[in-house]
Amino acid sequence: MDLNYSPEETAFRDEVHAWIEANLPSDLRDKVLSYGELTKDELLGWHKTLAKKGWIAPHWPREWGGTDWTVVQRYIFEEECGAAGCPPIVPFGVRMCAPVLLRFGTDAQKQRFLPRIYNGDDFWVQGYSEPGAGSDLASLKTRAVRDGDHYVVTGQKIWTTLGHYGDWIFCLVRTDPKTEKRQDGISFLLVDMKSPGITVRPIVLLDQSREVNEVFFDDVAVPAENLVHEENKGWTVAKFLLGYERMGTGNIAVCKRELARVKELAARAGLLDDPRFTDRLTRVEVELMALEITNLRFLDQLRGGRPPGAEVSLLKIKGTEIQQALTELMMQTAGPLAPIFRPVAPDAPFDAFTATLFPRYCNVRKATIYAGSNEIQRNIIAKATLGL
Amino acid sequence: MNFEYSDEQRLLSDTLRKFLGTGYSFDARGKIIASPAGFSDDVWAALAEMGILSVPFDAVYGGFGGMTIDMLIVFEAFGEALVVEPYLATVGLGGRFVARGGSAEQRARILPALIQGKHKMAFAQTEVDARWDLRRVTTRATKSGDGWVLEGDKRAVLHGGSADTLVVSARTGGAPDDARGISLFLVERTAPGVAVTDYRGLDNLRVADVRLSGVRAGRDALLGPEGDGFGLIEDVVDYATTLVCGEAVGAIKYAHDATLDYLKTRRQFGVPIGSFQALQHRMVDILISYEQARSIACLACVKIDTADAAERRRVVSAAKIKIADAARHVSQEAVQLHGGMGMTEELKISHTFRRLTMIAQAFGDADHHLARFGAAS
Repeated sequence: MDLNYSPEETAFRDEVHAWIEANLPSDLRDKVLSYGELTKDELLGWHKTLAKKGWIAPHWPREWGGTDWTVVQRYIFEEECGAAGCPPIVPFGVRMCAPVLLRFGTDAQKQRFLPRIYNGDDFWVQGYSEPGAGSDLASLKTRAVRDGDHYVVTGQKIWTTLGHYGDWIFCLVRTDPKTEKRQDGISFLLVDMKSPGITVRPIVLLDQSREVNEVFFDDVAVPAENLVHEENKGWTVAKFLLGYERMGTGNIAVCKRELARVKELAARAGLLDDPRFTDRLTRVEVELMALEITNLRFLDQLRGGRPPGAEVSLLKIKGTEIQQALTELMMQTAGPLAPIFRPVAPDAPFDAFTATLFPRYCNVRKATIYAGSNEIQRNIIAKATLGL
Repeated sequence: MNFEYSDEQRLLSDTLRKFLGTGYSFDARGKIIASPAGFSDDVWAALAEMGILSVPFDAVYGGFGGMTIDMLIVFEAFGEALVVEPYLATVGLGGRFVARGGSAEQRARILPALIQGKHKMAFAQTEVDARWDLRRVTTRATKSGDGWVLEGDKRAVLHGGSADTLVVSARTGGAPDDARGISLFLVERTAPGVAVTDYRGLDNLRVADVRLSGVRAGRDALLGPEGDGFGLIEDVVDYATTLVCGEAVGAIKYAHDATLDYLKTRRQFGVPIGSFQALQHRMVDILISYEQARSIACLACVKIDTADAAERRRVVSAAKIKIADAARHVSQEAVQLHGGMGMTEELKISHTFRRLTMIAQAFGDADHHLARFGAAS
């Protein structure tokens, strides 16, 4: 067992570090570090910078632009991006739709979509949840009826993250409402969001941000060639994606950066002398130290050709719990200034960063709910790992 | 970066686990803890024979020359089987003191015998009002002729009753809470003036009170430099702390496996109780505690061998905080999920509960290490 980087790994880390230093615009970094709302252009801009360097899709096969990095290299890359304050790579295209196309897509679909996903030509979003289908995703009702060379899609998706930026949306839709098992009548469909009949409506969240949306489909015509995998086999695709998604949802690098930020804020607020505060902070830090090693142990199993099972869901559970705990501590550092949110008079003096701490605490409550709530993650571990 | 065990490490693990699987069943252990000594000479001889007593020591003395990760392998296996033999006291504490701070003569005299299973040790440190403060030493060593005379009371000395040699901390200078002025002495348990009262711990390990009255210690009894023993004490106690973290990981693994098995076999309302979601989620949390505990123990083992003193303190305290929390969480949940059966002496889980409870506060509880981590950060 050796937790140190090899000389090659250290050299790689230095290379990534230097490249980010040279290519991450400082105003963009500052916006990330102060929890600013990133525009579509900012998100795609960073995506394109990485694409030009050849680093946007390390996990893809080489022929489509993958890097052949080892799992440790991938980890180092994420570490460096997180530490530096790079914008997040929006996962819906490169990390979700693309792996699905690589696994299930036709040659024509790969040729058509993968280069555009790679280059950041389109902004992809995900159409899974519906008002009546959250944790119980298989109960989804959005209908797609085959009509000649088209499907006609009718229904509603909800919680569509960054749906208002979306150019394309990949959806789970019901193509057969009469199957005995609900999972059997579902298909995976790619939809151009400029199609007539699509309406995107914002949902204002508890921090008053616009991040998620409702997407309505009103007789939307979708070419049949946009069906991925076979009709009524969409659940297989969804399950594949779920398994694919689970690794690396621990957000270790970002949590480490946020931990350092909490310490900085706490020091300024004089809270590091208060053992009631520091004891709670230390317990979070210790949990994160352990989670980093847990993450590496799972990656090491992956490298050894023994992919870990559903227990990787614990990365999501613990990672999001830590994220939330950090925002809670961070908000506490604002103390009596926490209520100041936004000046009414536009020229009023204003500590914009402190004002982000309470909304951020509110916003991150989402982390234990999205991408399979932590309760669903526990169900998954109980069933698949523990055999209960 | 690499988390794989080497072939040599796998062999060590297999050999030890095979031995414990056949020779250290829960029934066999029951006979051992009921015996007058509270541990088995035969098991001790077997551990020597297999080279388990030699793991951390230099090949010059007949040792295996292992890293602390090798000791993790040993302690995880011991934790699962709830081994009660004086291994931590002899190898992890006494042997570590001699290996790290002993003179060439002391090392040559003690380590080969220790490795062969012919010499047991213990660390006599704790005093009545010291709690976890390693500086708190009131036992006095007064210069007398060519050596010293020791006076004092040591409490709850792990396996003090069976040790051939005690490592005794005593003050040769300074005030009772000073780091400076503490010296370490090698004292034979049977030396005149040493009075040992042996106790059985509720976790079935033995502890002893050691009274030192007019005990003579010669020049060759001094371990390390006079008045400057505190750094060595911290070094060794951090090492031993890391080892009990490893033991806890093994015990937590057992508690996890036994509880999962119980959930699958115990039936109520006509179904296995593991079919209830309220219990499933608690079982998952036990698994998470286990994985996190194991990770932090691995980290501490690696850092013990590579870090400077400041980082070592920080990582060992981090490990002990997590281990204490995980030990309490898993031991309490394991008993709860076993229901009434978890309360019985008859089931191994109750023994695991007691050992985990003791480990949670061995070498400092979570609160102590929270304070120490804060000071080291």
